[in-house]
Amino acid sequence: MSFDVAAVRGQFPILSQIIDGRPLHYLDNGASAQVPNAVLDAVRKYETTQRANVVRGVHALAERATEAYEDARAEVATFLSVQANEIVFTGGCTAAINLVAYSYGSLLKSGDRILLSELEHHSNIVPWQLLRSRSGIELDVLPVTEDGRIDVSALPRLLTPRTRLISLAHVSNVTGASLDVKTVVAAARAVGAKVMLDGAQRAPHGPLDLPSLGIDFYAFAGHKTYGPNGIGVLWARPELLEAMPPFHGGGSMIGRVTFAETTWAPPPRRFEAGTPPIGQAIGLGAACLWMRGIDWAAAHAHEMSLTQRVMDGLQKIDGTWLLGPASLQARYPVVSFTLEGVHTHDVAQVLDSFGVAVRAGHHCAQPLIDHFDIDGTTRISIAPYNDHGDIDALLTGVRHAAKTLR
Amino acid sequence: MSDQLYQDRIVTLAKAKTGAGKLAAPTKSARRDNPLCGDRVTIDVRLDGQGRIAEIAHQVRGCLLCQASASALSSVAVGRDAAGIAVVRHDAERAVGREAGEAAEPFAAFAPVAAHKSRQECVLLPFEALKDALS
Repeated sequence: MSFDVAAVRGQFPILSQIIDGRPLHYLDNGASAQVPNAVLDAVRKYETTQRANVVRGVHALAERATEAYEDARAEVATFLSVQANEIVFTGGCTAAINLVAYSYGSLLKSGDRILLSELEHHSNIVPWQLLRSRSGIELDVLPVTEDGRIDVSALPRLLTPRTRLISLAHVSNVTGASLDVKTVVAAARAVGAKVMLDGAQRAPHGPLDLPSLGIDFYAFAGHKTYGPNGIGVLWARPELLEAMPPFHGGGSMIGRVTFAETTWAPPPRRFEAGTPPIGQAIGLGAACLWMRGIDWAAAHAHEMSLTQRVMDGLQKIDGTWLLGPASLQARYPVVSFTLEGVHTHDVAQVLDSFGVAVRAGHHCAQPLIDHFDIDGTTRISIAPYNDHGDIDALLTGVRHAAKTLR
Repeated sequence: MSDQLYQDRIVTLAKAKTGAGKLAAPTKSARRDNPLCGDRVTIDVRLDGQGRIAEIAHQVRGCLLCQASASALSSVAVGRDAAGIAVVRHDAERAVGREAGEAAEPFAAFAPVAAHKSRQECVLLPFEALKDALS
């Protein structure tokens, strides 16, 4: 199986930059991925030939903008194998989860329960805590295994007849572990609970077939999926969207407004109050189209071979400890590690001097970091445009940090 | 340029671990977290009758810059009260480029941090913890 990484890399202008005299080795894709020319071109086309507000205008630019915006919605839907009217554009993945926590959450009653896990990103913890303080729902927490997976064997113990929703990371942003969705969905169905997946770390690795997963809500971020910042996606089953009240009020989301009564627009508009991030949505549509043009069988094999190279290389350095499953089958290309005697930020800072961009710290997953009783991790997150040169520069930098800082 | 950041003097200060540990019977203690990076500093002080530091100890769960700063601060803290520590803080602020002027030792060692705005809080966190302990 061959994958032309140079051809993919060549589509990302930022990657050819020289910073402080060194080539850029961008391995912080889990925080924000880079954008290909196809996305830049689509955004530029909107800004230079289509820019206007959407929905309400009748002039030529407004028509163009609306068409491009709705085409983007259709592209996202195709990427997820769902219908366009089930796609809500949001300000990001966090905004999508907050939308569900507020809107679906308003349908819940005091004493209803929501099940999360210990490895969730703060964006899949805090919105539910806010809901808890508003409405008196209860939160339960699935533990993690020693190799950094959500321990689904604890589902029978933690699910109750009052569990209304299970909201979990599809792929951990710290350990890279992939969720056993099938087991979660089967357990949820047994008690009548809905399932939401935070797909922020999964969506960047190829198209999804959401109906086959059997879930109810899915959220992901544009900027991690080779698209612009300020855009995210919520998918939900149409009957759920139909039942949910608005999150934000304003223009576009209404049926009719009087001071006596206001009616809501049908979904997805009901959840897109005000002027949406139009150019960003168009850019995300282009990113989804670009991703559908990738041979993901080959791209994923490439990403995972780099992941193996990272794991093998780190394990050869004295004092490293890797989080996450040892098996490539159970993970995506996100690798976190600690280096004994060297703080994660110092590792990341040294790597920067080698032109290597990584993330260090708690990764907005403090409960998981506390679970392992560590200060944080240094995280490598890989995209299809990464190559052996990136990984070798990383390993050289880690060896240098180990040699000079302890 | 990050490669200039970890100069020998900073590494030496961190490795010296001056004042690292806990006090058996502190007069006051304070803990400060940096929510952005997760660094955590806990400082214990034993004060004399005039509010001056008689003994100081720190626990740092943080990066090398934070460790070096706590070590440097501990090396000059004894005998100073809150006002005296505020004077020393100016040296740290000068070293990292937040204030004009020359920084006195041992804080002059932190001059390379001036080029790394995102890391300056790491140097200042022990000062924040000590300020709380003395307030």
